[in-house]
Amino acid sequence: MEVNKGKTQIEAVQKDIWAPEYFGDNPDLYNVHEVKRLVHLAPVEKVLNMARAHSIWPLGFGLACCAIEGLMAAQGPRYDLSRFGYEVLRNTARQADVMLVAGTVTTKAADFVVRLWEQMSEPKWCMAIGGCAISGGPFVDSYHVVPGVNKLVPVDVYVPGCPPRPDAVLDAFLMLRAKILDKREYLQRSKGKVVTG
Amino acid sequence: MLRTQEFNINFGPQHPSTHGVFRVVLTMDGERIVRAEPICGYLHRGMEKLAESRTYPQFIPYTDRMDYLAAMLQNWGYVMAVEKLMGIEVPERAEYLRVISGELSRLTSHVLATGVYALDMGGFTGFLLCFREREKMMDLLEELTGSRMTLSYARIGGVAADVPEGWLDKLKKLMDEMPGYIDEYDGLITGNEIFQARTKAVGVLKPETAINYSLSGPVLRGSGVNYDLRKVKSYSIYDRFDFDVPLGENGDCFDRFFCRVREMRQSVRIIQQAIEQIKEIDGPIIAKVPKVLKPPKGEAYEEIESSKGIIGYYVVSDGSNKPYRVHVRRPSFINLGYLDEMLRGYLIADVVAILGSIDIVLGEVDC
Amino acid sequence: MIDNAALVEELRQKFNYIEVNEQSTVIVPKDKLLEFMQALKDDYALDFLTNLTAVDYIDENKFEVIYNINSTAKGYTLMVKTSVDRDNPELPSVFPIWGGANWQEREVYDLLGIVFTGHPNLKRILLDYDYEGHPLRKDFQWKGGRE
Repeated sequence: MEVNKGKTQIEAVQKDIWAPEYFGDNPDLYNVHEVKRLVHLAPVEKVLNMARAHSIWPLGFGLACCAIEGLMAAQGPRYDLSRFGYEVLRNTARQADVMLVAGTVTTKAADFVVRLWEQMSEPKWCMAIGGCAISGGPFVDSYHVVPGVNKLVPVDVYVPGCPPRPDAVLDAFLMLRAKILDKREYLQRSKGKVVTG
Repeated sequence: MLRTQEFNINFGPQHPSTHGVFRVVLTMDGERIVRAEPICGYLHRGMEKLAESRTYPQFIPYTDRMDYLAAMLQNWGYVMAVEKLMGIEVPERAEYLRVISGELSRLTSHVLATGVYALDMGGFTGFLLCFREREKMMDLLEELTGSRMTLSYARIGGVAADVPEGWLDKLKKLMDEMPGYIDEYDGLITGNEIFQARTKAVGVLKPETAINYSLSGPVLRGSGVNYDLRKVKSYSIYDRFDFDVPLGENGDCFDRFFCRVREMRQSVRIIQQAIEQIKEIDGPIIAKVPKVLKPPKGEAYEEIESSKGIIGYYVVSDGSNKPYRVHVRRPSFINLGYLDEMLRGYLIADVVAILGSIDIVLGEVDC
Repeated sequence: MIDNAALVEELRQKFNYIEVNEQSTVIVPKDKLLEFMQALKDDYALDFLTNLTAVDYIDENKFEVIYNINSTAKGYTLMVKTSVDRDNPELPSVFPIWGGANWQEREVYDLLGIVFTGHPNLKRILLDYDYEGHPLRKDFQWKGGRE
């Protein structure tokens, strides 16, 4: 498009959102100020992160088999995710902190997976649970499957398994906690270790 | 005079009560549903096409991922179709192991359906109680097959492994406790006044409509039609067990739910009898089958009673080691086909009750 | 109780246009399909259409459509087949006879591209409405898969 020449990528995207058919061709609307996605104040951030890391609210959104293990059984009485403070399943994306992509993402579903991700407010994290969400799993050859959710959204934690055991999902939550708290030693320790089911 | 008009509401795709990714576009007149358009396919993974590039045994794990709540029953239907195609006789002990693991799978599926239906109706405790027992069954299944949900236990010609030492005793102990647990569900969920008020006389299905629309499983039997393939065809060795087929009377959501709860008791009975009978039977657990399976040219259709209804496998062979075509008759998919007419005239709050009572698994609907 | 062989024998005597192969599958010509199916439902109590699917035989340039019908009252099962030309895949819908054909015919239309005339709502069900091609045809080509 002519209008977007020489502008940064973010502005080009904003141009698409501020479509002229809705907002007229007022030039001011094209030149919106670039908003920093995250405002960093290091000491404050550290305190905030402690709060964030200990009450992650997952988005209650299951795609396939892994949702039974990763969402329901992990919430169930034996594995009991609420021990860590992660049990508040939010059914709307706007209140959630972490999106658990539990299952196969198909091309028909890809649209709304991205839309849900976009609806979530910052800061936000994403977990790919199970082989299908990591790489397409056994369905990678199919004509209707996205080979891995990382083609669509950035992923923080990968949980292998088909489906992973609930313990593996608990471990993934703890790894996410370490990631938010920036505990490198913790992550280093579990490097190369795989808990699967 | 106020002008009134119909409007559309989008139910899903991301909705906690759709048990997966499923979308219904509801056309509403006030709070009443005028029309509903179910849209599925958000989990369509093209398994039938993938089957054409896999060998016969390689397709067994894919069947797990269809109805992942009762994986053994899916495996079983598929291997039965291939066995019919090749004319394989399954050893007696393998049949018993299939019945035991299959009924255990049916129990896990029904327990989850009960708990999740309670959750849909707003009771979290029912969900927690049902998952307590489900974990116990999962442990047993894991010990037997090596996996909690996607079992892949059936093999063409038999089963993968014999029972571990002492496993049958553990199973017997759980099965002896199970009726007590089911009484607990009855007291907590079935007998709950709010639960009954929300499910009785909602989503009424007449028996002739249910037959005409090919509905099966608890949805059909909830309307009072006595059609259970375990009794009608008595495939495998089901004629050796003494069990009843629970039927509903009114065909509403409550009857469909209550059918499931009573079916659990029958499954427990079947497993108890099978444990007694298998002790006297010794022998191989898998028939003699060649390493590379090349069924003769032909086709076979075989159907069994899954936890959701009748699951059928249609397998066509062209003489090579890969199936020419595999088609699955998925009970959830066909049960869902009547959803539009079933929802009409009810309130929007009843959508969750009706959809939950059909007990769909989206992996199976979309395949 | 279940006597499929007798049923098939009776059908062979009554309808002269059907063929029966060695697996007791009834093969009906396309133009007699509706008439035959209606008779099955009315006279033989075959009231439960279990399965409806199709297979693409690309070498013979035809689709075979398979109907599995059960009787809930008498316990019969019957498999009926019919062939349809691959270049002009059109077949009358059995939806007026068995409502269970509703979504199954839509699925066959979606994945194999066989048009069922007389179906009230024949559109894609599993794939997107603007999807191109019919995946279960043997000559279907697709992009994607492992990298």
